Amino acid sequence: MVQSPDRIEAALALSRFGLGARQGDLEAISSDPRGALKEEIANRTVPSPAGEELKPTAELLNDLYAFQEAQKEMRERKAAEGISTPAGGVPQPPSSGEQPGKADAMKAEALSSSSSMAGEKAGSAAGTGAPGTPMKGANEPKPVVPFPQRVFLAEAKARFSGTIHAPRIGFGERLAMFWANHFAISAAKGPNVRVIAGAFERETIRPHVFGRFADMLLAVETHPAMLFYLDNQQSFGPNSPAGQNRKRGLNENLAREILELHTLGVNGGYTQDDVTSLARIITGWTVVGRQGRLGTPGSFVFFANAHEPGDQQLLGNIYAEAGFEQGKAALLHLARHPATAAHLAQKLARHFVSDDPPSALVDKLAKTFMATDGDLAAVSTALVEAKESWTPQLAKVRSPLEFSIAILRATGAKPEPQPVLGGLYVMGQPYWQPSGPNGFSDLVDAWASPEGLKMRMDIANVAATKGADYFDPPDFIETRLGPLLSKETRSAVGRAESRAQGLAIAFMSPEFQRR
Amino acid sequence: MQCETISPSRRAVLGASGALFAWAFMPRHALAARGRDARFVTIILRGALDGLTAVLPLGDPDYEALRQSIALHAEGANAALPLDGFFALHPSMPNFARLFRAGQACVIHACATAYRDRSHFDGQDVLESGYEIPGKVDSGWLNRMLIGLPKGEKVAPGAAEKVIGLAVGANAPLVIRGGAPVLGWAPATLPPAGDDLALRLMDLYSQRDPRLAHALQEGIATGKIATGLDNASRGGPGDPEGMKHLAAGAAKLLAQPDGPRVAALAFEGWDTHAQEIGRLARLLAGLDGAFAAFEQELGPSWKDTAILVATEFGRTARVNGTEGTDHGTGTTAFLVGGAVKGGRVIADWPGLKEAQLRDGRDLAATTDLRAIAKGIAVDLLDASATTLSRDVFPGSERVAPARGLII
Repeated sequence: MVQSPDRIEAALALSRFGLGARQGDLEAISSDPRGALKEEIANRTVPSPAGEELKPTAELLNDLYAFQEAQKEMRERKAAEGISTPAGGVPQPPSSGEQPGKADAMKAEALSSSSSMAGEKAGSAAGTGAPGTPMKGANEPKPVVPFPQRVFLAEAKARFSGTIHAPRIGFGERLAMFWANHFAISAAKGPNVRVIAGAFERETIRPHVFGRFADMLLAVETHPAMLFYLDNQQSFGPNSPAGQNRKRGLNENLAREILELHTLGVNGGYTQDDVTSLARIITGWTVVGRQGRLGTPGSFVFFANAHEPGDQQLLGNIYAEAGFEQGKAALLHLARHPATAAHLAQKLARHFVSDDPPSALVDKLAKTFMATDGDLAAVSTALVEAKESWTPQLAKVRSPLEFSIAILRATGAKPEPQPVLGGLYVMGQPYWQPSGPNGFSDLVDAWASPEGLKMRMDIANVAATKGADYFDPPDFIETRLGPLLSKETRSAVGRAESRAQGLAIAFMSPEFQRR
Repeated sequence: MQCETISPSRRAVLGASGALFAWAFMPRHALAARGRDARFVTIILRGALDGLTAVLPLGDPDYEALRQSIALHAEGANAALPLDGFFALHPSMPNFARLFRAGQACVIHACATAYRDRSHFDGQDVLESGYEIPGKVDSGWLNRMLIGLPKGEKVAPGAAEKVIGLAVGANAPLVIRGGAPVLGWAPATLPPAGDDLALRLMDLYSQRDPRLAHALQEGIATGKIATGLDNASRGGPGDPEGMKHLAAGAAKLLAQPDGPRVAALAFEGWDTHAQEIGRLARLLAGLDGAFAAFEQELGPSWKDTAILVATEFGRTARVNGTEGTDHGTGTTAFLVGGAVKGGRVIADWPGLKEAQLRDGRDLAATTDLRAIAKGIAVDLLDASATTLSRDVFPGSERVAPARGLII
């Protein structure tokens, strides 16, 4: 079937730059797909996660401190009463992702969703009569979810049942995911990072997705989540008063990742001296402790007593001693460095277009970045306008996160977050929990593995079993994948032996797996 | 009321991700036709069972020529099991053969629903909804039948309502969905993707996506992904062990004094376009194992039980180019249980000559599956013929209940 270019571009806009097509999305943007993308840029369409538990970072950390205080009291009371408690404190139910090696349990959670497809039909799925009457086992007490995990789940729910469903295309949401992975933190670091992992993305990434890179960088490197994750609150200027008092010195962790991952890139031309120098520059960047001696507990503070005194040299430039401003000036310089532009351009092009993107495209993005002083709206626009971005070949494989979101969008499902998080875990992309500060891989090889495909098949199967009541597979693929469909996929879906199998094939088809 | 491993707990219900079967939760004596506490189970075989391989017409002179490489024989290795001199049974079904000899199983051959096209989706709609046309998917005939059944006299209305209120479900087969409350259950173990899915994806990827094909191939080769070519026990509804497990779970609940009385299950994987011999041998063995599991777990209730096994349509009378068969029309249904008047093959055999085949390709259908279902409903469950024609199988006034299927 010959497709008009606009129809194909509409499908590409939704899958390559967006979150995947919902019912009606293809038609809605088919008259001007690129225009629709640029409209999301112009309108700064980055949905805001909403929910009662989604508080600002300092409040969340305060609540965490109170929670930990209460835990401690309970432990002490029990110890006084002579009741032994297991190591690690009060018994807690398992929380998502904090138990590496429990893949089976996570998988069970992934696949035992009690959610419904297509929200409005919820409850009629099995033709049940009167719901709500208690049955045997229904009154079992629900396990208490510890506070950090409760917030983590609420943040996840705000995405999987919220922000991903709002936009027509979702370019901004995709970019938020891209930048959050670029500035990766991990909830596995501990409860202090887990409880604010969502706040980190809400406060440092989303406001700047179509803003200036320098603003995003500064917000990220001063956020408690990043300072905790990369240990900067433990870094002391060796010659600072606090360093002298406590016999403490530098921790280079954050400084190294700023240069290697966040800005210049591993081949960006910096030396070990630059790393050490930047580490000195950002000493004193820390988080107010629970006693609140330096300000509001849980908020960022420049702790002058821990700051290494003196001028510092970074990449050949001298940064005069100026307290916090010294570090701010260094970051602003890094944010507009040509190596940073090249690094980010390469990553963006590789994420959206192909593992080995055309150099013409990378050059365009880098030039735009330099010419606009890191205006990410301009860079995003350049990406959308480049002809290299619109190759009809689907070169990328959706990451597990993108795959899960595409299924949720395509079916309209707004489940509880646990099954989604379990699915991400078994597919190798535990939510907000990459194995290192370099984030999750962005290469096809990382995801198109035998293990990965097996997990995708099982998850596609569960989603399809639920969806079989609501969708006719041939219609489903026309409205979600339409112009991208091969005749082989149409045939495989149409010939499936049941609606559920047809949907599973649709989810597993190359056109759905790729983008 | 407690079962050791299976009880309709909230956990099991919420965990019913695969939603493999469900049943109406009817109190004791509610289905007490002729003073009997009856059980009725419907098993849907998704994908279209090849009735000519399950129950082969060995006595038909045209059978071998049509089936060629996939024909079964009366003698030699893997010989078919004799039934009545004309028909024989697939060798993977020794339990069914034993029950047949014991008068507790019968075959209905050359039967079909009202559907005469060849789409699985639409065919399953018609089979399960009970309507003559596809697309009516709000409720299934089994559920509407339950609504119309006479209420048991020994149960106070208040108590009955309370029991019905227990109903929760995730994904029940359409046949039992509808206004009557049903309780869902699935094993706590999650259902993995069916073996057949991997094969279909391999076929698609090999045509369209070498990269994904390579990964999938590697997964299959290293045993990470099952394809039905191995015997890995995987527990899903398209797996022999899974079928037995599901049947045993259903039977344990049906056997309980105040447990459910009517159940529906769906087994998958019957769409045998290629390599039919090996695949059907596995699947039919699974179905046969399910019969044995029902018999064993139902215990004393087996004598009051009837299990109807039906599929959306049959397959082509001729073998195709890949040692399989394509979508057709007439096929077999099975009726098993202690309440069944068995030991016979019920068939108005249409013959297999070119002119006797439907469209020159399919086994013709001479028995309406609705007649069988209606007959069971009347004789086992005391359903009224009027309700059956009006509400359960709308438009079936001319399809009379097949009487005498139940002892």
